[in-house]
Amino acid sequence: MHLESDVLVIGAGGAGMYAALEAARAGASVILADRSLIGRGGATVMAQMTVAVALGEQTPDSWEYHLADTLAAGRGLCNESLSAMLCQDGPARIREMDAWKVGWAREGDHIAQIHAPGHDRARCVYVDVLSTGPAVSRTLRTQLNLASGIRRIGDLAIVDIVVRDGRACGAVAVHLSTGETVTLAAKSVIIATGGLTRLYRRNSASFNMGGDGYALALRAGAELIDMEFVQFFPIGHLAPRLVGMDPIMWDPFRYKLGGKLLNGELQEFEEDYATLDARSDGKYVLTRDRATYAISKEVESGRGSPAGGAYLSFQHVPDAELRRAFGPVIDRLAANGIDLTKQLVEVAPIAHYHMGGVRVDECMQSTIPGLYACGEAIGGANGANRLSGNAITEAFVFGARAGQAAAKNAAFASSHWSDAAAAPTVDLLRSADKRDTPNLAVAVTDLQALMADKVGPFRTEEKLGEAIVEIDRMASELGAAPPSSGMSFDPLLIDWLDLRNMLQVAKAVAVPALARKESRGAHQRDDHPGLEEAWTLNQIITLNGGEIALERASIPKKASA
Amino acid sequence: MKATLQIKRGTPDTAPHVETFEVDFEAGQSILDGLRAVRHDKDPTLAFRFACINANACKECMMLIDDKIDYACTVKLKEGVTMLAPLPKKALVRDLVTEIAPPNERLHGRG
Repeated sequence: MHLESDVLVIGAGGAGMYAALEAARAGASVILADRSLIGRGGATVMAQMTVAVALGEQTPDSWEYHLADTLAAGRGLCNESLSAMLCQDGPARIREMDAWKVGWAREGDHIAQIHAPGHDRARCVYVDVLSTGPAVSRTLRTQLNLASGIRRIGDLAIVDIVVRDGRACGAVAVHLSTGETVTLAAKSVIIATGGLTRLYRRNSASFNMGGDGYALALRAGAELIDMEFVQFFPIGHLAPRLVGMDPIMWDPFRYKLGGKLLNGELQEFEEDYATLDARSDGKYVLTRDRATYAISKEVESGRGSPAGGAYLSFQHVPDAELRRAFGPVIDRLAANGIDLTKQLVEVAPIAHYHMGGVRVDECMQSTIPGLYACGEAIGGANGANRLSGNAITEAFVFGARAGQAAAKNAAFASSHWSDAAAAPTVDLLRSADKRDTPNLAVAVTDLQALMADKVGPFRTEEKLGEAIVEIDRMASELGAAPPSSGMSFDPLLIDWLDLRNMLQVAKAVAVPALARKESRGAHQRDDHPGLEEAWTLNQIITLNGGEIALERASIPKKASA
Repeated sequence: MKATLQIKRGTPDTAPHVETFEVDFEAGQSILDGLRAVRHDKDPTLAFRFACINANACKECMMLIDDKIDYACTVKLKEGVTMLAPLPKKALVRDLVTEIAPPNERLHGRG
């Protein structure tokens, strides 16, 4: 099947849905494709709590204060133009979502804002305990329903971007529920596929966040930036088994109630590490990167909890106060057999967000003309460490910007589609054959374990070197042609296509992590502790003859307004 | 503990058949955990839908669990037999996967 549109948006999370809406508003015909269902997969629907934005209603605020906090969190590596755009455009997008009835929580006559770690004041809006993400997704889905000119297609996995004479001209996809190959001609293509947290054993995002967009961009010839910076969330749920809940759910309650982190010997330990952290705000003893460090070091020293993390305790909080703070969540915990008045839960750092991504200009265009990216899929706005609350804001802001720019490009371009340029990927899908392969679902978990153990938050030259050797071995074992079980919704084919992307992206993280001989933000080298001024630079990744190539670039200065 | 999953499998073109898998589990684990264990340890060709992994946010893993429509990510594994089947009133795609997208969000059969 062959489809045509002005703009193709890949990924229907917050960024992709916003991009589609803005592109259609600018008059473009849009196809919004997702490998999952529209507005269901990805990270947005999982977002639990806060969205950072300088509204200034509750407390006087300005986007410049928000920018200062964003840059400080980014530890010197932010692309200031992108960070400023995030902070400056944020209020308009949040108010637009408000007009679309997302239901931001209110206090009196204004939208309520809370003080999250790393911010200098109360700045974060939210919908309700743990339901900000679902509300955001629902609101954008409703807007898609009302818009005209947007064709939504779920179960459509994009396999490759098609590039002709250096310009993006569409994509080749596999329709999962029928197995058929679909070619999509588009004058502008937007990557909105989110991050890469699925590369790690324990993560807080969806199954389909395997870094697809980074791999698509690399193979299309685009550049990636800051790929060594993977954000780990310090207190992801570890044990006992908890289902029906987001694994990072403990954070707001810990903040509200002062939940205590204890090591395996039931001793508090955060203070021991707090002296190392200049940005401690007193209430939240440690920022995300330092808390991840503290828990990991306790475990390494043999003082971890039984499942390999730390204990989180609310036992000092009276029952009534617990119930008031947790609300209906208490009942969902009870359904999981968890009674916080009687027991401790175990938490550990989990992969949460990716700072790196597609290198884009201020129009969200990659280094390949006609190829755009937005949301978590881009790099630069958050530098070496993301400020809490910036992820949903950037999804809206960069999604809208990408949609506008892609529509504008399409209005002045003619179709550039070429069957010949699409042929290699069409042939790849055609080459899928019934054959015996090692279980690729096992290969996925092997890769996740490798990344967690060797390319996790704390790295060494030795571990990173071993990881790269193993990634190369797995890639050669995967082979050049996918297996097939000869039927629709083919899990064998999906695993193979996923691994093809995941292995490429895993290497795109490990290679710059090995090269960066310092510790900064989310990239911590045990063999190179401490930030090195000489490393205040970005590393750029490209694919050169099928191999990952690494270059350096100086931090871009903010263009004068 | 061991759970026995009796899974109704097939495609629109083949007669459905039931396959039985035994999986080890710990208290608190979900049916979705069990299905992922089946793919990992026994049969990687088993098809089922999910995105958010046990957070009950994406709502994609709806199926028939012991003759009741429910989410695989919130129903717990239990000792003994659990019967799993695709949603009865949705078009079958394969195994436990059905066509659950709204018609105007599909490639074919736009409403």
